[in-house]
Amino acid sequence: MDLAFTQEDEAFRAEARSWLHAHVPTSPLPSLETEEGFAAHRAWEAELAADRWSVVNWPTAYGGRDAGIVRWLVFEEEYYAAGAPGRVNQNGISLLAPTLFDHGTQEQRDRVLPSMATGRTVWAQAWSEPEAGSDLASLRAKGVRTEGGWMLSGQKTWSSRAAFADRAFGLFRTDPDTPKPHQGLTYLMFDLRAPGVTVRPIRRLDGKPAFAELFLDEVFVPDEDVIGEPGRGWRIAMSTAGNERGLMLRSPGRFLAAADRLHTLWQSLGSPGATRSRVADALIGARAYQLFTYAAASRFLEGETLGPESSLNKVFWSEYDIALTETALDLLGEEGELADTDWSERYVFSLAGPIYAGTNEIQRDIIAERLLGLPKGRR
Amino acid sequence: MRFLLDAEQREFAASLDAMLTAADTPSVVRDWSRGDHARGRALWRRIAEAGVFALAVPEAYEGLGQHPVELALAFVELGRHAVPGPLVETVTAATLLTEPGPAKRLLPALAAGETMATVARDHGYALDGEAAGIHLSLTAEGLRLAPGHGPVRPSLDPARRLTPLDPGGELLATGPPLAPALLLARLTTAAQALGVGLALLDRTVTHVKRRTQFGVPIGSFQTVRHQLADARIALEFARPLLLGAALTMTAEDVAAAKVTACEAAYRTARTALQLHGAIGYTAEYDLSLWLTKARALRTAWGSPDECRDTVLSGGRRW
Repeated sequence: MDLAFTQEDEAFRAEARSWLHAHVPTSPLPSLETEEGFAAHRAWEAELAADRWSVVNWPTAYGGRDAGIVRWLVFEEEYYAAGAPGRVNQNGISLLAPTLFDHGTQEQRDRVLPSMATGRTVWAQAWSEPEAGSDLASLRAKGVRTEGGWMLSGQKTWSSRAAFADRAFGLFRTDPDTPKPHQGLTYLMFDLRAPGVTVRPIRRLDGKPAFAELFLDEVFVPDEDVIGEPGRGWRIAMSTAGNERGLMLRSPGRFLAAADRLHTLWQSLGSPGATRSRVADALIGARAYQLFTYAAASRFLEGETLGPESSLNKVFWSEYDIALTETALDLLGEEGELADTDWSERYVFSLAGPIYAGTNEIQRDIIAERLLGLPKGRR
Repeated sequence: MRFLLDAEQREFAASLDAMLTAADTPSVVRDWSRGDHARGRALWRRIAEAGVFALAVPEAYEGLGQHPVELALAFVELGRHAVPGPLVETVTAATLLTEPGPAKRLLPALAAGETMATVARDHGYALDGEAAGIHLSLTAEGLRLAPGHGPVRPSLDPARRLTPLDPGGELLATGPPLAPALLLARLTTAAQALGVGLALLDRTVTHVKRRTQFGVPIGSFQTVRHQLADARIALEFARPLLLGAALTMTAEDVAAAKVTACEAAYRTARTALQLHGAIGYTAEYDLSLWLTKARALRTAWGSPDECRDTVLSGGRRW
């Protein structure tokens, strides 16, 4: 057991640090939940990609560095420590790409991944539907077989980034007559600007269109955009859930950097005693999350699957993120109310953590049943 | 970077667990709480035979050299089985005794489990002074071998007996290594607390599966399930802090592990008590052996505030 990085890992860290030092914008980009900010963040993705820093863990053939999960963690630590911008294509990179690596065709990987790496195509996820929430088995938006592909109809909602994104991926019911509701679903990709698609931006708490509703009326998707076998979308979606993806949804680097900034803010305000333990807990929580992730990454590298452990991880980081940003706003006092600061943007973003990607109630049920072995309960 | 126990480390923890499971520790604890140390001493010897105390003693004095990771693993098991006695104090003493003369005289017996050591800071309490053969007091002049101990005062944890030490005694060292000793004390306390928390969770999960209300196991109620899930999350995030601290042994890492493990154990104790109901509130039910220890360990060798201060004062960030 050790925490020492290899010389090669350290060299990688140094290279990332020096590149970031030279390239990270000196003033923050506008919020990526605005049209202007979205464009600025897309341009930043292209800049990252030009020197192969946008998807470091991907194979080199698709614009990555074949870096592996440990170096991905190292890169993320350096990335956020450098104060680099948030990632606009997170949905594609952390959700769709692993699925394509596992279940996509060679043609799909060649076609989809390079433009994702450069930010030329930004992806939105289209999992949720009205009435569905975390219960993906109750999905109703449908795909009907047609010549050379499928016709999609129905409604998706809470689609993050869809207000400005280019394409989306999600599950559609292609066989309504299966014995079980999670059968008969197909995982596919579609164009948000295709005929029949209407995107209605939804404004989140602070008024920014961070997500959208999608209305689909006979939207044609060619067979080449179906991922895996039709009807097996549920299994495909679940097979990457909770695994590498569970590790990569939120990197420890992000929280280490935020905790450091909180600590600096606290010191700059004269280290007020009233917030002392909350600031300490923010530092401790970031370290705990970093080490928990190192342990999970080590197990992953030994070939273990992580499964329900990602539920521990999700509840932890989502609640931690809110506690940290709340502390910052409280420290700022009257200034903390201002809506156009990094901290307030971060705060609003953090509030969604316990709600999306499976609510924390769902995660706690998974922990109770699958990690503690408690009897199934009435939800 | 491979932040994962190796096979030997896992095996060490598992064999200690098996030995302690067979030892019927609850009845040993109850004897100990009454001041009857016979079975406790016998168990202590077996723990020493497993190599636990030797993990804190240099090879020159019949130990194995200091191995914080293995010590942490061992103390998790000692906590899980509620083993009584000045466990933390004994390994802390091994760190304090660096002067060759006293070390040669006192350490081999500690490594072999022939005797126990206890330590008092300033004018504080030493744990289990009446059971220990070596009484160390940390005074302004340095480290002294106290001639004896004062009256036994009960702790909130009946298995912990608090004793002031008599003043005076042989001066063993004028500048004992306080900082490393405190680090090891905090690390092993954190590990013990984590073990206590894991035992509390385990026992509570078993209880809520068996106990029925309104015709179903109470473990099927969402409020019950979610409280236990939260306890599991708290404990699972304390574990990597503990092992990371054992690797780095920096003051901030060890303090972070101490406060997190102790808070997680304490929170689990509160949950365990609540979910057991009145039976958990009784001394006769074994759960109490862990419940009271979780409270005591929370302030032993550094309160939550002291540990948080150490984290905040750390110059280097992670």
